[in-house]
Amino acid sequence: MADLQSQDYIRRSASTMTPPSIRNHEQEVAKLIDVSRCIGCKACQSACMEWNNLRGEVGHFEGSYDNPSDLNPSNWTLMRFTEWENEQGNLEWLIRKDGCMHCEDPGCLKACPAPGAIVQYANGIVDFISENCIGCGYCVKGCPFDIPRISPVDHKSYKCTLCSDRVGVGLEPACVKACPTGAIMFGSKTDMKSWAGERVEDLKSRGFDEAGLYDPPGVGGTHVMYVLHHADRPSLYAGLPDKPRISPLVAVWKGIFKPLALAGMAFGVVAGFLHWIVQGPNEVQPEDEAHAAALIDPPDGKQ
Amino acid sequence: MPLVRALAAWHARSASDTRGRLAVELSRRGFIKLSGAGLAVSSLSALGFGFAGAALAASVRSFKLEATTETRNTCTYCSVACGILIYSIGDRAKNARSNIIHIEGDPDHPVNRGTLCPKGAALLDIVHAPTRLQMPKYRAPGSNELKPVSWDFALGRIAALMKQDRDANFVARNAAGTRVNRWTSTGMLAASASSSETAYVTWKIARAFGMLVFDNQARV
Repeated sequence: MADLQSQDYIRRSASTMTPPSIRNHEQEVAKLIDVSRCIGCKACQSACMEWNNLRGEVGHFEGSYDNPSDLNPSNWTLMRFTEWENEQGNLEWLIRKDGCMHCEDPGCLKACPAPGAIVQYANGIVDFISENCIGCGYCVKGCPFDIPRISPVDHKSYKCTLCSDRVGVGLEPACVKACPTGAIMFGSKTDMKSWAGERVEDLKSRGFDEAGLYDPPGVGGTHVMYVLHHADRPSLYAGLPDKPRISPLVAVWKGIFKPLALAGMAFGVVAGFLHWIVQGPNEVQPEDEAHAAALIDPPDGKQ
Repeated sequence: MPLVRALAAWHARSASDTRGRLAVELSRRGFIKLSGAGLAVSSLSALGFGFAGAALAASVRSFKLEATTETRNTCTYCSVACGILIYSIGDRAKNARSNIIHIEGDPDHPVNRGTLCPKGAALLDIVHAPTRLQMPKYRAPGSNELKPVSWDFALGRIAALMKQDRDANFVARNAAGTRVNRWTSTGMLAASASSSETAYVTWKIARAFGMLVFDNQARV
């Protein structure tokens, strides 16, 4: 398959070769989700399913507005509803659009053992290339936000692509376009940060003193950011990690065990080869003895 | 892996040479050698001496609206009347049957400027719903069955019944003799998603009939 997009890669899972990255002057993109403007209508969910041709199984009511109750291979984004009683005793209905955060330092990509199954483009989008996916589920463990889901049908991992096919031709993602309140915005990361700044200022002027931008440095920043009215407590919003970081297990496994094991394997091969060179030809087998004896003393007595 | 297969073949050949037998089965020693070769190959590829071609076999999903036909329309749902863009396969060529594959908001429409609500964003499934009404249906007086009929039949029958009812019940003057031109026995419900211009025309037509019972849902 022709792959012009590989020139846009800046990271590629389980690959030691440096991606070509010929196009190195690409603008980084970002999606900004302003939780304070979201009304929880789920237009983003509908638009996502429509654009990506996803239709999940019809589920059951689970006692909450979350519908379906969790992300799944056919549902890459989900409104998560939290009812929270604040210090003044007032109910706050916190609604967060959950989905892939497109981390600058993606834990899924780091954990992935399949070459090229997870890639990161120069514009910041982290994409799963299903063709290369082996369905091991390491990306699920590697993700600080618990986003990827393995399909029981084809045993491959799925998540939001940030509509890489739309962004690739200059369009905004489907969820961004649909959002009727403008709670989801899309643009360059710089523009989104400055727009977030305006929103945070506005929220602070309305009494949300702790309003802020969620762009966690633990994963190098993200290409999907939130404006939160309570940025000091992200976990209020349906368990958004306060300080997300890639699991230390991934770092130990990929940073220590993998190089050690590779070195061990390489040592084994070299040692085996040297052993064969030095020792192998010098070993005398019973067949060799018999052959030599036959040469010295042929059975038929001829010399 | 072709390299491993070649090594196995080479080993089998050399084994048959030294032992003077044609046996292809692996001896214990041969198995260890073969495993070693496999290990060497996999370590080499793990260390980055891979095959460059295979490494690049990936690509983003192709953009599905590339050569589709774009049609402007209005959302069928509520009276907000959002503008939508309907994308259908084919370029209107004579032999291509068009089919709607995608619907999204119209960024040039002043009402919604590209956005849609969850129902609007899922319009595609309304278009293709098996339960969607695609033709007029007619239940004859006394019948309990709705039968599909042609538009000509439906519109003709509606017009005939309207004329019949208006002729019978039109009130030109009230009891005091003042001209009122009322037709109160028939009503009209229309135009929930129309533009101001369309609503104006609809209004004019309904009033020209003398209709009083009329709602174009502009109040929503």
